[in-house]
Amino acid sequence: MVAITDRAAKPASRFRFILDQRGVLGAILVAPAVLYVLLLVGVPFLLAVYYSVSAYTIYDPSWRFVGLANFEQILQDPVFRETLGNTFVFTFGSQLLGLVLGKFGALLLLRPFPGRRIVRALIILPWAVPIALATVAWEWMFDSLYSVINWTMIALGIVTRSDAPNWLGTPDLAMLCVIVVNAWRFFPFAIVIFLAGITAIPQDIIDAATVDGAGFWRRNYQIILPMILPIVAVGLIFGIVFTFTDLSIVFLLTNGGPVGATSVLGFKGFQVGIVSGDVSHGAAISLFMLPVLLLVVIGMLRFIRRREI
Amino acid sequence: MAAVLTRDITKKFGEVPAVNGITLAVPDGEFMVLLGPSGCGKTTFLRIVCGLERQTSGDLLIGGNIVNDIPPRARGVAMMFQSYGLYPHYTVRNNIAFPLRTQRVPGAEIDKKIEWASQLLGIGHLLDRRPRQLSGGERQRVALARALVREPTALLLDEPLSNLDAKLRSSARQEIKQFQQRVGVTTIYVTHDQVEAMGMGDRIAVIDHGQVRQVGTPAEIYDDPADRFVATFVGTPPMNLLARNGGYLGFRPENFLPRDMIDDGAFTEFSFRVDRSEYLGSERVVYGAVEGFDAAQVITAKLPPAHVAEESIRPGEWHPFAVRNSMLRYFDQDGKRASRH
Repeated sequence: MVAITDRAAKPASRFRFILDQRGVLGAILVAPAVLYVLLLVGVPFLLAVYYSVSAYTIYDPSWRFVGLANFEQILQDPVFRETLGNTFVFTFGSQLLGLVLGKFGALLLLRPFPGRRIVRALIILPWAVPIALATVAWEWMFDSLYSVINWTMIALGIVTRSDAPNWLGTPDLAMLCVIVVNAWRFFPFAIVIFLAGITAIPQDIIDAATVDGAGFWRRNYQIILPMILPIVAVGLIFGIVFTFTDLSIVFLLTNGGPVGATSVLGFKGFQVGIVSGDVSHGAAISLFMLPVLLLVVIGMLRFIRRREI
Repeated sequence: MAAVLTRDITKKFGEVPAVNGITLAVPDGEFMVLLGPSGCGKTTFLRIVCGLERQTSGDLLIGGNIVNDIPPRARGVAMMFQSYGLYPHYTVRNNIAFPLRTQRVPGAEIDKKIEWASQLLGIGHLLDRRPRQLSGGERQRVALARALVREPTALLLDEPLSNLDAKLRSSARQEIKQFQQRVGVTTIYVTHDQVEAMGMGDRIAVIDHGQVRQVGTPAEIYDDPADRFVATFVGTPPMNLLARNGGYLGFRPENFLPRDMIDDGAFTEFSFRVDRSEYLGSERVVYGAVEGFDAAQVITAKLPPAHVAEESIRPGEWHPFAVRNSMLRYFDQDGKRASRH
């Protein structure tokens, strides 16, 4: 009796079990992530917003507020408008090509064949190879003098040496090149997305469609594709966001040329803001991505929620 | 609608034979049940009939034509899957319309057929819902409507009731059977549940290890099993088998009665040691051993409880039991049915 009373008389510290409380422990565990986002994403973003409405350059680091003058100026620049258009062509062109290649690749990899596991592993390579390395290889393939593609076509007699295409020197062809390289990087990701979606469909449903009289195309476009659309949409969001903000392929392959034909928002913002030191205009150019990306993400997420099955 | 005929169908996956020479004739309009334990090849056989698998050898005839190399969409058979295989992104209406659209049936005709099928199965009020908004029984009816809407040459059902709870299952059994009789479509129904097989089939094909062990009406299968496998697979509890003279003597538990309950005709008497007795309401099942045979082998007797007082059959005691000679079945050394020893 005495012992019990003694123990009760000495209360445990209020903080002794503090880590057992969900709220406290959760807050502690999530804090690094929140700090990371705030410091490394939030602060630079707000800084960029401020730069875009100031007259800040590296030669004149003033914080003078100029309102929307920077946006007005870049919108009046026809080169910027072309860049904006290029960005859309680049993004949607490479995503479309990547999706088609991804669907095609997934269909091939679904069928069992000897060595399938090795091929499945190898197909991830374009995604895993450092982008600079891969782009150097592509640059060589598209080179005006040493292009392997042209050599092959000449050897096959498809074109003559005199009218062989100058891949990176012709505006439309150069755009095609950056799209192809980006699609080549994106399609392994698309394959993985498609494979995950297709293998998740119960075999009974595909069998039912077969017995119900659906051939290959109908099975694919009326049953399989609608069923994997939500997961494909998620993949597409990632693809669009990454491509829309990307500058590496353009920077490495064409440097925006010829005459700005492959310049995209990320590249242009980098050129103006960092290379030329006109930080305020660079920030304004980069911020043009924001509304587009916001719309894409909102649109896709709404679509996924509606399609949830 | 058409007859389905198979001639010596085999299917090997690698070296393993899943179907090992099945020859089966299902006349036009018959309800044929394929009954067998899981893994016996019955589902593979069904998938061969509808064209989802190609047989390794043998011929398949639907309506008198060999359809070995005809793709599923041209065979005109409909199949209902264990999980129903409804298209989750389509409404019930579009699910039912799908097999018609693949046949390029005109729109007005499709509407008429959907109306017909949904009325037949009582799912008119569900047409604008999606599969996930339906109960198990409703899904089954939608799957049936989708299978029937294009008037198939044959209807194949792969364990369609296994996803339903026990209560729903008995009403669904009745529904499918009535429905099949009304439409008169040739039906092949795969199940491992002997209650479904006995209750629904015009005829039953008992399958084991990829082979047909016996084809017959439910009564033939039950009363005159062709071999030991059929005898012990059909019936709960299964037929009692006693080794005798290098063969086997078989009798059903409900024919194994106390000696004094048999008062006419010829009978064979056994001394039965009762080990355990179960009261099941409508009957009493008694487990034990028969004198003169392997004591480890459990012999069962099924008794009408009204006739057997609780105290008259006490565990641990020997009782005189008997079977009418007309109810005795004989099997030879290999387990095949024999007339007599």
